[in-house]
Amino acid sequence: MTPQHPPASMYRTTEGLGLWEHRGKVAAVGVGHSPTARRWDGTPETCVGAWSILALRRAIADAGVSPDQIDGLVLDPVTTTGAYWVEGAPVPMDVVNAFHPTSDPLDGIAKLSAEWILQNMPELTNIQFVMYGPRCMSHAIVVAAQAVGAGHTHTCLVLKSWHNFEGRYYQGGANAQDTIDGTSAISRLWGTPASYGTALQFAEYCRKYGKTHDMMAPFITNSRHNGLLFPEGYWAQHRPEHLTTEDYLAARWIAKPANLFDNDIPIMVSAAYLFTTPERAKDMQQKPVYILNHASSRAAPRSLTPTLEEVEAETAKTGRKLYEGAGITAAALSFENMYDGFTLFHQFHLEGLGYRGIKRGEALDFYQTDISIAGPNPVSSSGGNIGSGRSRFWMHTDCIQQLQGRAGARQVTGVTPEIAVSGGPMPLGGNFTVWSATPD
Amino acid sequence: MAKQGVVPDALTQPFWDAANEGRLVIQHCHACNRLQYPPSPTCQQCGSKDHLAWQEMSGRGTIYNYGVVYDCPVRLLQQDQPFNVAVIMLDEDPGIQMYSHLPGTPVDMVPVGARVEVIFEATANGQKVPEWRVVG
Repeated sequence: MTPQHPPASMYRTTEGLGLWEHRGKVAAVGVGHSPTARRWDGTPETCVGAWSILALRRAIADAGVSPDQIDGLVLDPVTTTGAYWVEGAPVPMDVVNAFHPTSDPLDGIAKLSAEWILQNMPELTNIQFVMYGPRCMSHAIVVAAQAVGAGHTHTCLVLKSWHNFEGRYYQGGANAQDTIDGTSAISRLWGTPASYGTALQFAEYCRKYGKTHDMMAPFITNSRHNGLLFPEGYWAQHRPEHLTTEDYLAARWIAKPANLFDNDIPIMVSAAYLFTTPERAKDMQQKPVYILNHASSRAAPRSLTPTLEEVEAETAKTGRKLYEGAGITAAALSFENMYDGFTLFHQFHLEGLGYRGIKRGEALDFYQTDISIAGPNPVSSSGGNIGSGRSRFWMHTDCIQQLQGRAGARQVTGVTPEIAVSGGPMPLGGNFTVWSATPD
Repeated sequence: MAKQGVVPDALTQPFWDAANEGRLVIQHCHACNRLQYPPSPTCQQCGSKDHLAWQEMSGRGTIYNYGVVYDCPVRLLQQDQPFNVAVIMLDEDPGIQMYSHLPGTPVDMVPVGARVEVIFEATANGQKVPEWRVVG
């Protein structure tokens, strides 16, 4: 089956659309994760394809459905964290031949097609709908939610996987060459790391509102704390180290004012969810978590990098779109899980949402209050990418698990988990979801 | 700083040719009367590809913002870490940004809001690139 690319009509990108037409008619039920690793160890058992299969099978088992009930699959075929297969490097044929390969030997190792998944999961005998949701789980969720709501699929797997290889983040490829093409040079010739643009916005934010970088410390330590309570996450599995304010303030700069801990650590991991209709969810094993709305940002900066003004305008717009389509106000949010990779833009999302009544320039002061999962104002209860590594999906898993009441040691206790919001990645250019414990 | 050599492509050839001549040019859409940068095959506002032309700038601007790069992904620049990367707003349109290493300005001593003027520096293969220095 040839995967489709989602048409523009699947996204809710503008204001004034009213309630989402499928509000409360799509539910997340099953959740499955692979283990995590800093980098691939070269074995067939841990390649991105193998871990994708593992995550999918775990989501299916978690939902308590038989594989032949599943009729949809949404995934991202791009799995890189910034690491690419070195051109000309030998392909490990033992890994390729451990599976049913496609015509591309790197499929399942450095990328992931729907064809590869379906060839290697023969139990999925009834797939009628396959669509790509590029870049991250936030995107795949939106596509899957719209597809289930519209009746294109009634029981749909949603998958996002990441591979990571040896070598430092983004230091291979064109960045290692002596020359660069003219178009790329316009923005990349000056050698800015990935977090540079966000660092600029944060610097402007601090100047405008009289804030300082050290005010981020409570958010960082809270995120790592929550991440260490996430057994599926990288830090909890491999480096269960608490992060102190002193650690954060002493960290080396990457692109000042962004330091090491303002950047998320690239890892290998896969996650899958099972989406279905409320009617079918009744027969499944886990409590359904309903989607009240989704919204997408497709704004682009005027020039090289978004200005603070552009970021503030777009995050406010995203907040309004989310609330409008869900039929709620900010007061309805029990907790939030907006994206955090990089940490220095999380406050833009919070202020755009007006979470707990926060206005522009107030989020860093809010961070100095109780933002823990035990308090009345949980911030990033998942711990996000900072708490568990670069996956861009901990925030969604956490929303589902919290609203199902099975977030374990991470379960929020200072609020009743009823409605939450998650999504990203960037303030300009992202996809966002409103989740609810009830369909209305 | 030894920047990577630039190999102009079809889209950006006029920009780089002008730099070699000591001129700063930016794409302009005559239909929208709007500058755009980075260059694009079409106007990002109206979508036209027939109304785009390269327009010479005064070469003057203001420092809008900056960061300091300590962990650079580009190999050739790593020996110069840490270094400034400032964002320049052009006088002709403050919405147009250009990056600069701000030669002559000490690391992390960037005067946001200061006036700057364009200069042209040779990259590793001799291709010149617009850079900026603080004036006044």
